Amino acid sequence: MTTDTTLPNWFTARQQSAQQRYEATPAPKRGDETWRFSNLKQLDFAGFRQRTADFSSPEELIARSTGIERTAAKFVFANDTLIHSETSLPADVIVLPLSEALVSHPELVEKHFMKQETRLGSAKFAAWHEANVSNGLFVHTGDNVEIEGVIEVHHWISGANTVIFPHTLVVTGKSSKVRVIDIFRSADDITPGLAIAFNDLCAGQNSQLDYVAIQALNEVTRIIQINETSAARDASAKGFILNTGASWARNESLSRLEGPGSRSDMLSVSIPAREQEYDQRTFQHHVSEGAYSDLLYKNSLYDNSKTIFSGLIFVDEGAHHTDAYQTCRNLMMSDTCEANSMPGLEINADQVKCSHGSTSSQIHDEEIFYLRARGIDPVRARQLIARGFSVEVVERLNHEATEELVLRFIDDKFAHIAGGGA
Amino acid sequence: MSYEDATALLDEETHDAINVDRTKGDFTFPERHKFDAGYGLSSKTIDYICDVKGEPQWVREFRHKALEVFESKPMPTNWATKDLDNIKFDEIRYYLSDGEKPKRSWDEVPPEVLETFERLGIPEQERAFLAGVEAQYDSEAAYSNMKEELTKQGVVFVNSTEGLKEYEEIFRPWFGKVIPTGDNKFSALNSAVFSGGSFIYVPKGVKLKQPLQAYFRINSENFGQFERTLIIADEGAELMYMEGCTAPKFETATLHSAVVELVALKGAKIQYVTVQNWSSNVFNLVTKRGLAMEDAEVRWIDCNIGSRLTMKYPGVIMKGRRARGEVISIALANTGQHQDTGAKMIHAADETTSNIVSKSISVGEGRATYRGQVHIPKHLKGCKNNTECDALLINSHSRTDTYPAITVKGNRHATQHEASVSQVSEEMLFYMQQRGISEGAAMSLAVNGFINDLVREFPMEYSVELKRLIDLEMEGSVG
Repeated sequence: MTTDTTLPNWFTARQQSAQQRYEATPAPKRGDETWRFSNLKQLDFAGFRQRTADFSSPEELIARSTGIERTAAKFVFANDTLIHSETSLPADVIVLPLSEALVSHPELVEKHFMKQETRLGSAKFAAWHEANVSNGLFVHTGDNVEIEGVIEVHHWISGANTVIFPHTLVVTGKSSKVRVIDIFRSADDITPGLAIAFNDLCAGQNSQLDYVAIQALNEVTRIIQINETSAARDASAKGFILNTGASWARNESLSRLEGPGSRSDMLSVSIPAREQEYDQRTFQHHVSEGAYSDLLYKNSLYDNSKTIFSGLIFVDEGAHHTDAYQTCRNLMMSDTCEANSMPGLEINADQVKCSHGSTSSQIHDEEIFYLRARGIDPVRARQLIARGFSVEVVERLNHEATEELVLRFIDDKFAHIAGGGA
Repeated sequence: MSYEDATALLDEETHDAINVDRTKGDFTFPERHKFDAGYGLSSKTIDYICDVKGEPQWVREFRHKALEVFESKPMPTNWATKDLDNIKFDEIRYYLSDGEKPKRSWDEVPPEVLETFERLGIPEQERAFLAGVEAQYDSEAAYSNMKEELTKQGVVFVNSTEGLKEYEEIFRPWFGKVIPTGDNKFSALNSAVFSGGSFIYVPKGVKLKQPLQAYFRINSENFGQFERTLIIADEGAELMYMEGCTAPKFETATLHSAVVELVALKGAKIQYVTVQNWSSNVFNLVTKRGLAMEDAEVRWIDCNIGSRLTMKYPGVIMKGRRARGEVISIALANTGQHQDTGAKMIHAADETTSNIVSKSISVGEGRATYRGQVHIPKHLKGCKNNTECDALLINSHSRTDTYPAITVKGNRHATQHEASVSQVSEEMLFYMQQRGISEGAAMSLAVNGFINDLVREFPMEYSVELKRLIDLEMEGSVG
């Protein structure tokens, strides 16, 4: 644990100016393109407060923080306070709670901390995060470092009307390889909470950075999750978001392709049910020529749930030989769910291959008939198809243990939907 | 092969070719207006227009209310281009006419007006394949005629002033109902100062075999044209309506802001074809929407080649069961042009289907934008939408954007949207060049291939003209 007095000056100055920016920035309003179709009532965050070091039974939370079997490092935070850590990493890798890294590696953090402008609508909330962030994960590797296994981070929200500001900053050196999983959960099922999460992913030259966020908060909690990814020459950055929890979740994901040969995979699976609303905005920014980005978002909508997908492929002038793809698919599992899709393209270069597709449909009778003909009852058949629909995205993670973990959360969600997701 | 600076490498022949095309509409005659509402817009302008036209009191009130709405609405620059701020509403003339009634015969039309339309080929087309023609010159129609047998069948084809005065019982119930005044800032502007346009009624079961045509011509500088069109196809009726437009290239920007409302009653079919070839300093901000009742069909076939900025998103509200809406759109954006086009499909009944196919070509520094909206609300079943938009980029500074928005509620519908952006591949050009086709001709073939399936949707006479226009626009765009 650190106290404010030991924080570097640049950080306290950034927090102060962020607070001013937060206060000066107007709240999103009707008519803002970045909030089209959004439910702005969800943005009333009055009454929430930070409760660092104010939570009960950390042992229980630590015991419940089960992820994949063998991790390279594991951290458990409750209300942004570190309550558990274990690591077995080589010395040339820095993997620390952000609060410690700010003290022990202030220059390194400063170099990469929240460098991009938040442009997908939540600038105000990014400023709020910056002004209040106290902890999270900091990963920095040297060149040619391959971390075997996974760095797993658990973020718990505990206590009524608690807001957390978890931050994840990952910087990979040349030809390095890192895989990080963030898991967001609530201590119980009935207490409202709020998470304003931010993750900064900087993939260095020829490196491979895989990031997975599992959002399984309780259904009276809201979350805004902002992602900024940059990929240098020949780097590969993969971001995956699973949404099964929260009453309302807003994801803003921005990938900047900064070098030729760089690649960004933006993946998401969302399974909203009951009254859940997921609002996802993405931006594939091709700054450099010769880069590749591929987005695949899949939503399975149950009951009265609602999703919004707004994606933009933006190809800068001069970013020739760009390959950019964007697909959003909605599986409509009830007659009262609602899916909004806004797949967009802005192309300012040529020799570009771009496409986007968006579909909304239900399971067809023929598919059910096919499975029934093979002795599978209709309920089970619908479950199988809905699960298979999500699995296609999960398989893109290309890492067995991570895939298993994600599927565990998906199956858990199906188990909590009437009819088991049928 | 390089696309860099291709436009700088235009050979003389190509220059000539493009210039020939440009000048087709680029001529002007001296103004001789009897009625001129002057520059700028106020409630006095509106009273002036009402007085000149001798309009009934309810139209006057409608216009004044619309002016208030126009003034209260902000420019939609939160989502649209900032270029809109360059429109100087105070420097525009809102009504110009010579005070003559539209003529039934070309012989009675003033000579310079006749020459205008003859140079544009309208009388010739009328003889060749049209059922009726209305030719608008600035604010009012100069010529309006329809084949006699259609009049006998009860078809009404008049301008907006006549429509509201002489056929109030037919047109008033639908006037401003498909596109309410407050729909957007420019529909409000049109509602305040509209003049000209076509009011058409096709009675039950009457199927027009030949198209009706309107031609819109701007002749005067700093002039804003605000035609208003309302087409009602009664039960089981069918018609095709075509519009064309040109203006000379003035020093200052010109504004064209139309409102077009279509009503297709049970089982009716309306096809609305536009070939827009305004000169490249016209702001073309148009609101077009159709209402399709049970089993009815509304098709918008839209081609945008001219103008500086076009913002046009034809829509269909499918209000009756099994109604069908379709938008077929071709846009060509050359340097200095922004074609911001698209479609709106509002499903409001069961088993309604809609289809949007949009193809755009960006040449030089041109910018083409697709903006679409598809809305399928709850408690409906069996609605389907298909959206395809493809963009072709010719040069390295060409630009294209796509912004669709699709809302689907419930699990008894199907929508699909697909878009692609591409350029003519070097392999394709190389393949054709190997077979002795020049690079320019190869490019033209490739581009025509890109839009060929859509061009076929246009009536024969138009599709030939369209191909020629696109060829001319494209020629020399390859270095």
